[in-house]
Amino acid sequence: MRKVVSFILSVCLVFGCLAMLSGCGSNEEKITLYVYNWGQYISEGDEDSLDVIAAFEEKYPNIHVQYSTYDSNEIMYSKLAAGGITVDLIIPSDYMIGRMAQEGMLKELNFDNIPNYKYVDEAFKNTSYDPDNKYSVPYTWGTVGIIYNTKYVDEADVTGWELLWNEKYAGKILMFDNSRDAFGIAQYLLGYDVNTTDEDALKACTEKLKEQKPVVQQYVMDQIFSVMENEEAWIAPYYAGDYLTMAEENPDLAFYFPQEQGFNIFIDAMCIPTCCQQQEAAELFINFLCDPEVSGSNMDYLGYSTPISAAKEYMDPEVASSPIAYPDDNTLRNATSFSFLPGDTSRLMENLFMEMRNS
Amino acid sequence: MKKRNSVLLSTPYILWMIAFTLIPLGVVAYYSLTDPSTGAFTWGNLVNLRMYLPVMWQSILYSLAAAFICLLLGYPVAYYIAHTGALTQKILYMLVMLPMCMSFLLRTLAWVGLLQDTGIINNILAALGLSRLQMIRTPGAVVLGMVYNYLPYMILPLYSTIVKIDDRLIEAAEDLGCTPVQTFARVILPLSKPGILSGITMVFVPAVSTFYISQKLGGTDTVLIGDVIERLFKQGNNPNLGAALSLVLMLLVFVCTGIMNRFGADKEGGVIA
Repeated sequence: MRKVVSFILSVCLVFGCLAMLSGCGSNEEKITLYVYNWGQYISEGDEDSLDVIAAFEEKYPNIHVQYSTYDSNEIMYSKLAAGGITVDLIIPSDYMIGRMAQEGMLKELNFDNIPNYKYVDEAFKNTSYDPDNKYSVPYTWGTVGIIYNTKYVDEADVTGWELLWNEKYAGKILMFDNSRDAFGIAQYLLGYDVNTTDEDALKACTEKLKEQKPVVQQYVMDQIFSVMENEEAWIAPYYAGDYLTMAEENPDLAFYFPQEQGFNIFIDAMCIPTCCQQQEAAELFINFLCDPEVSGSNMDYLGYSTPISAAKEYMDPEVASSPIAYPDDNTLRNATSFSFLPGDTSRLMENLFMEMRNS
Repeated sequence: MKKRNSVLLSTPYILWMIAFTLIPLGVVAYYSLTDPSTGAFTWGNLVNLRMYLPVMWQSILYSLAAAFICLLLGYPVAYYIAHTGALTQKILYMLVMLPMCMSFLLRTLAWVGLLQDTGIINNILAALGLSRLQMIRTPGAVVLGMVYNYLPYMILPLYSTIVKIDDRLIEAAEDLGCTPVQTFARVILPLSKPGILSGITMVFVPAVSTFYISQKLGGTDTVLIGDVIERLFKQGNNPNLGAALSLVLMLLVFVCTGIMNRFGADKEGGVIA
């Protein structure tokens, strides 16, 4: 009998404690904001840079940011499309924003909570992926080009995208591990429109990518940093902003824009998905990132280009005037952006890419 | 009373199995038999798996090679451990287990650091004036990664079988005129068969479904089933095809373990008779 009584008492004690704990939690009303962003895509406070998330939490002490990362638009899309998760803020690229808006996966933003939107340059408003500025606020923009190591790669070979197929450098070439960027390169090389919906064109690109497979060392996304910096690989297509970060670690790395064939120019913008639970907090975060001083420090670290011209005065002048982060109009004359593709085409491209990778 | 107690005691486990094994299995089966876009019933996913037959074949070959090498490496080690003093046995047993305390992702990444073109081994070779070797991104590197990661699963069951072999049987064999080779081939080896079979199963099953080792240590053409499943879910946005492939992989594993079990039962029965 005594055992039973003590058992009941201890159960009461445990539950009492739990109730008290949860009571304490709810009194403070701390909000958790789930931010889901590209890897290596926010200034995190190393090397004397601004810790953006910590600065935000300091400004809004009742918001706790739960930050997680993804490798590509496609991975982020797969995860959100599968459902069952809470994400309050995402930063996809233009074409993916168009697709998600079309499929009803994005919430309309309340711009009353984002007064700093006024700092965003007009050139980044009324875009093709969000013509009425309903769903997105630009975070960065950038370009895709070829990163190569001048110690090993002969300048005479650096003529365009065909460098990524050059057997002379077999085993030292990296390639994008996401369907849209990989197909884009094949499309520029073969002279197709990057926004084509033609099945035969996409199949020809798949063949081109299969042809490249034997010379490719690995298909990478953010793993690229260490592999290029320690010279395990010599040639890779990647985002200009990340090149600037890599070049700080390894000065032998150079960047090339395939101006004649064309290359991708993109905008990554902040959006709120429909699974969002804390829309207002998410909008506060968007607003915070649009503050010119915050954007300036953030881009200083990232190397990507800011869509907020006012931010440049807070940036390292060398970064703010870099011809790689801010190429001139002549360099950009053949640059094109990816627009969103019909569902069938996206699906076909994903399946063809899987076929190529998995064979 | 006793019976009711045992039912009561096993309830948590049964509930756990239902919630986290049976129901998810049902979900996998449901996904693999439905169309990605319409959600209607279809055999299409399973039919589409045809194009992954070479990948499955490759996975089976690599894992069998790994299991066989593990057996060759693991048997002498297990035999040695089983025949040392009690304290040494405990220490060696623990040393075999020790690598498993570290995440297998880290252990595989460590091999990348060793084997890659700019890795430790090649840097040493270069410093000695020798030419660098292409070690990483070869089939051999993938099998090496599997052997390295799963060797303990071979040694442990072998050890526990060998340690139970009655020394008097070996003495009897020697007394009756067996040479050492004959003693091993006709007495020790048959008696350790259950350990060999469960060792092979325990290496083969995780190896055939592994996904990370081949991505890190293999070349762009070394693709295993696990990689395909991961990619279909993560990037391919095609969970239905991924589920179908998982289902087939599961069947494959069941069939393999079934064959092993049948083998084992026969031999053990034979040994006892």
